[in-house]
Amino acid sequence: MSMKVTTRQVDGVTILDLSGRITLGEGSVQLRDAIRDLLAKGSKLILLNLADVNYIDSSGIGELVSAYTTVRNQGGELKLLNLTKKVHDLLQITKLYTVFDVKDDEASAIASFTRA
Amino acid sequence: MGQSEEEHLTGQQASRITYTLESSLDSVNKVEATAEQMAKKAGIDEDEIFKITMAVREAAVNAVLHGNSYDPEKRITASFENTGESLVIRIADQGKGLDPETLPDPLAPENLLRGSGRGIFLILSFMDEVHFKQLHPGTELTLIKHLGTAQTGS
Repeated sequence: MSMKVTTRQVDGVTILDLSGRITLGEGSVQLRDAIRDLLAKGSKLILLNLADVNYIDSSGIGELVSAYTTVRNQGGELKLLNLTKKVHDLLQITKLYTVFDVKDDEASAIASFTRA
Repeated sequence: MGQSEEEHLTGQQASRITYTLESSLDSVNKVEATAEQMAKKAGIDEDEIFKITMAVREAAVNAVLHGNSYDPEKRITASFENTGESLVIRIADQGKGLDPETLPDPLAPENLLRGSGRGIFLILSFMDEVHFKQLHPGTELTLIKHLGTAQTGS
């Protein structure tokens, strides 16, 4: 039921491969902790790969927004990669699709980050 | 574990299940799973099942988290009914009450980056009808999905 998080580093960008559900009490807390740990280590260029996230609720959407603002407030960038149709549709109806920088190709997503 | 279950089966078309549950995430998951089973059984297509399941989950989260504040003394009640024309799901809590008119609009530019406040909006987006009723104490949400438009027909 819960979410799995795997971390990779590619060209100075930290990719979090998420799989499972981002919902209240499950993936939400894991996502928050993962972002907090990355920022504490100074990793501020973060790409969330949501290809295997099959379910997200309003709590999970809120957590994505919080992750985005937290990273941005610390001078970093957080982008989303490979949205499933369900997650894409949810971001559309909540008008968040244009707030996030959403990518569908990993290589070009990595290239799009602003390096210091 | 503090859970009572009552089931009325009054015919093939009309059946109603009612649960009284603790204010916990386990209860949210049970309510969500029951809604999913009910929608599948009604022959509803997959996209609509997702919407119904999500709306019901959001209503249950509201009841447990915002209504009852995880109070172990308080219960939520969830009933599921297929009237033959509609799926009718009622979720009630024993909390301080909810006035939907006072909720901030999550689509307003100043609210877009808020970390919460989208649950009721999603419920309203995904169901055909949503009714709010003040209880004393608490709130009851009635979520309705009309059959026919939502069914695959197979």
